[in-house]
Amino acid sequence: MLLTDSKLQFLNDKARDIRRSIIEMLTEAKSGHTAGALGMADIFTALYFGILNHNPKKPDWAERDRLVLSNGHICPVLYSAMAHSGYFPLEELKTLRRYGSRLQGHSHREWLPGVETSSGPLGEGLGQAVGMALADKMDRGRVSQRFFYCLMSDGELQEGSTWEAVMLAGKVCPHNLIAIVDRNNIQIDGVTEDIMPLEPLAQKFRAFNWHVIEIDGHNFEDIFSAVGQAKSVFNRPSVIIAHTTPGKGVPAIEGRYEWHGKAPTEKEGKQAIKDLNKND
Amino acid sequence: MINLNPKLYDNNIELKPIRDGFGEGLLLAGDYDKDVVALCADLKESTRVEEFAKKFPERFVEVGVAEQNLAVVASGLASMGKIPFAVSYAIFSPGRNWEQIRTAICYNNTNVKIVGSHAGLNVGADGGSHQMLEDIALARVIPRMIVVVPCDALEAKKATLALVDIICPAYLRLAREKSPVVTSVTTPFEIGRAEIFRESKRAQAVIIACGLMVHRAMMASKKLAKEGIEVTVINNHTIKPLDGKTILAEVEKTGAVVVAEEHQKAGGLGSAVAEFLAQNYPVPMEFIGVDDKFGESGGSAELLEHFGLGVDDIIEAVKKVIDRK
Repeated sequence: MLLTDSKLQFLNDKARDIRRSIIEMLTEAKSGHTAGALGMADIFTALYFGILNHNPKKPDWAERDRLVLSNGHICPVLYSAMAHSGYFPLEELKTLRRYGSRLQGHSHREWLPGVETSSGPLGEGLGQAVGMALADKMDRGRVSQRFFYCLMSDGELQEGSTWEAVMLAGKVCPHNLIAIVDRNNIQIDGVTEDIMPLEPLAQKFRAFNWHVIEIDGHNFEDIFSAVGQAKSVFNRPSVIIAHTTPGKGVPAIEGRYEWHGKAPTEKEGKQAIKDLNKND
Repeated sequence: MINLNPKLYDNNIELKPIRDGFGEGLLLAGDYDKDVVALCADLKESTRVEEFAKKFPERFVEVGVAEQNLAVVASGLASMGKIPFAVSYAIFSPGRNWEQIRTAICYNNTNVKIVGSHAGLNVGADGGSHQMLEDIALARVIPRMIVVVPCDALEAKKATLALVDIICPAYLRLAREKSPVVTSVTTPFEIGRAEIFRESKRAQAVIIACGLMVHRAMMASKKLAKEGIEVTVINNHTIKPLDGKTILAEVEKTGAVVVAEEHQKAGGLGSAVAEFLAQNYPVPMEFIGVDDKFGESGGSAELLEHFGLGVDDIIEAVKKVIDRK
């Protein structure tokens, strides 16, 4: 076992807290993206409470790992993980999407310290992460211990620009670039394989010279082990294809693409919190 | 009086492509600041990035024919402290990748210099598909973006170096064809400051020009002077931020304006000047530019004449605008 029982318990508790906050903030905001945010809660928990080399009190610390959120619409999970790990007060989460809030509808680096890029339109995160890793390679070479994580959706793999970045990364091979694809099989209009098939996804990345790891995105052992493996690959970029359930933790939302881009009503929010508390 | 090329009005004036000046400036910029990096999308020879790539191979990134990626990778480099010059043809960048420039560079506020070469009709033989006439409009409408259109190779060199010291997204527009070197080494250049290249106490109109139209404006002013019509000529190399102070001072003296640019009349330098004057000092204006048309194949000079960007077209516009006062 990679993780002790107590660490596992700690992570499960944190993930549940993060999910509760996601429901609360989206219910309060009355708009936003619920399914993807809930689905990525375990991975964000693993990142902010174990994997990332970061300092929430010094968000601009030069030695930090960089986390680029490409599909900015799932920012409730980013904000929630950041608040729970100490970047800003938990109460601020309820300002999501409000006028004057640092928690913009899609995360923006100038509004909130600790956010690395300003995202929104899909297919632009990976290229930025490749650029960051290239700059790091110019400055520190192959011994750099800073890692560059790009969190992406599966839907945005339909953007041609994503594959331009995949191709460049396969050419320049930054050892410290790790993409994590949320393979939740849904997008706004339906199921990815109906809208525009992505499979065989792993083979596609392999063909572009990437090291590919497929995991259960809700299994902490899987997540930590995959990142460990990706870090040890020195001659290629790595992609972790994380199979997740959109809406994970809330039965009414799980697996339903209709929840890609909507927020719970007050009633739905209350039920969702009850469902999440059941697992306490 | 400003120090320009002494052979400015001669027939044998030195001709040099504006893009060449950029290449020389970039090479100097590489020495000047070790954080300067260059990216190109399979056009490094024709955009004059090649010498930089040879001298600083570790600071050169070839992204292949992928302009969207050109912009976002540059943004990532900038967010780590680099000063990227992302170089391609204007038709592709900012043409193809406008939204990436808007979001990943300008909205994200990263210090990327977009360099669009081969802009304008002067690309000539390649035809309308490659004659970018909308790029000034595309660039200047984005918040935070600085837009610079040098009038000759020497100015392009100075502009490239000057952009290194400005921490801000910027667009630098270049031309392919050889064009007259209007300025001299000592001609002042400062981003955001328009320069008066010709002035007269008896000026009846102001010609505000950018890019290779500056030389044409100067030639027109000389011909007009022979007919007894004096004009002021402003080299307005920085479209944004517009130097309203200089423009206003000259327009107040004359009360008539002609703008000249190798771009659509809509959205470019002329529109920027019109927006400013409409709010501050409305006067009659005439526009020299391409009138809502696509380009076509041909020689650079003949295309400029065909689309109404000739010296005589400027002269006519000046006379017309003076009549309208």
